[in-house]
Amino acid sequence: MEKPGLTERIVIVGAGQAGCQLAVSLREMGFAGAITLLGDEAGPPYQRPPLSKAFLKGSIGSDALCIKPEAYFSERSITFRPASLVEKIDRRAKNVVLTTGEAISYDRLVLATGVRNRMISIPNADAPGIVYLRTLGEADALKAEMMSRRRVVVIGAGFIGMEFAAVARQAGLEVIVVEQADRSMSRAVSKQMSSYVEARHRSEGVRLEFNAAADAFKLDAFGRLEALRLKDGRDIEAELALIAIGVIPNVELAETARLQVRNGILVDDSLTTSDPAIHAIGDCARYMHPLYPERSIRLESVQNAADQARFLAGAIMGEVARYDSVPWFWSDQYDLKLQIAGLCGPTDTAELAGNPASGSFSVRHSADGRMTALETMNQAREHMLARNELKRFLAANADLAGKAPVIADTSIHIKA
Amino acid sequence: MTVITFITPDGMSRDVEAETGMSVMQVAKRAGIDGIIAECGGEMVCATCHVFVRSEELLDRLPPRSAIEEDMLDFTSEPRRSGSRLSCQIPISDRLAGLVVEIPGTQV
Repeated sequence: MEKPGLTERIVIVGAGQAGCQLAVSLREMGFAGAITLLGDEAGPPYQRPPLSKAFLKGSIGSDALCIKPEAYFSERSITFRPASLVEKIDRRAKNVVLTTGEAISYDRLVLATGVRNRMISIPNADAPGIVYLRTLGEADALKAEMMSRRRVVVIGAGFIGMEFAAVARQAGLEVIVVEQADRSMSRAVSKQMSSYVEARHRSEGVRLEFNAAADAFKLDAFGRLEALRLKDGRDIEAELALIAIGVIPNVELAETARLQVRNGILVDDSLTTSDPAIHAIGDCARYMHPLYPERSIRLESVQNAADQARFLAGAIMGEVARYDSVPWFWSDQYDLKLQIAGLCGPTDTAELAGNPASGSFSVRHSADGRMTALETMNQAREHMLARNELKRFLAANADLAGKAPVIADTSIHIKA
Repeated sequence: MTVITFITPDGMSRDVEAETGMSVMQVAKRAGIDGIIAECGGEMVCATCHVFVRSEELLDRLPPRSAIEEDMLDFTSEPRRSGSRLSCQIPISDRLAGLVVEIPGTQV
């Protein structure tokens, strides 16, 4: 990438963890041009991970979620504009157009548009008491609902669903989790890890229903949620339903602007899209990672958002490198700390180390004899060692690359 | 209100009014102090809110390090010293008035 001049204008679409970190890192690294940070939500940028854990429990308030206070942006000449929705990108004119009609010009555009909730499409899904959990506003609403309800059904046993189930159970609610797959967190962790976490939920009194599909919500005479009807005909009584069936990447802006998109905005190893003036970072970006050359990946994690933001700031400032940070994840449920270093592949060999009955163990994933990921339960040290091992492997194998570039043909730029 | 002093890697210091109930990390973030990243939001998985506690007289008023904090401090970007803590694990109280913490040069 060419070094930025004093007059370069960077526009960042999205003020979540990735967009906000990029603005901060650019200034920290001495970027002297103009930075505009456009957020779609109303307030200053905040951290999402505690929303399904400490915030929901009430152990921290919303002011504790702050990434940077609003004054920080003005002090560093970052134009932060909350509640600003981008309607389209005009690649020829090099500007973004807001829903208000205002156009903002860029020399370099960064899409940090994140994801949105996958909505459930079954009858009565818009009734009161049927809620989602991704934003601060949604977490606030859910917290209020939890105070006045006795029985909650959670649809989806991924990280969010399971974390919420733990908090709700600890708050004294009756909790039933309904999941289509045959186990919890099946996209992210091994069977061994799923069963360990499930056993804990059951011992806490959570009911888990696997291989169960939602069919319709049943409402009472006042239009309030009464039960969830399953496809097998059973009714699960509940006054509150949390829908946690995953997210959809926000690719529409990129797609309309004819950037390459495939369940994520496609970027190369410098996080550049098929237009050299446009980058994508965070949950919305799909890329090839040298540790996992068999497939392109799109990660929904704080680590990925923050590391990509810091990397891109460096790349814009002229540092030459490829993006290859080791992915890591975590989930807190009750007092369990589940951590994952790396990514488990579908055909990896999984080996258990340690005794789950002791409350602390790990599952090591490998392919072709080398570690691809380590899942740990209550083993922070082993987790950190695994991250370092993967980092060292990458450093020693700088020539590792994806089997095929994720962007098919970068010569296609602006057509229409 | 308790006043906490942050010393940045360039030697500058900044006094911040801290509310009881928040952690030193949350106080730093809310005040926009550079160098406290705290990517995980206080869940002890990132070790990017590392500080060196300078106030030796207050060390025994801090809650002891948990096993996880001990582990994470072995993996901080700037190596740990005797006063190393994760600032997310230090809750503010009146007893910590005048606490001085130094921010390491790197967190990642």
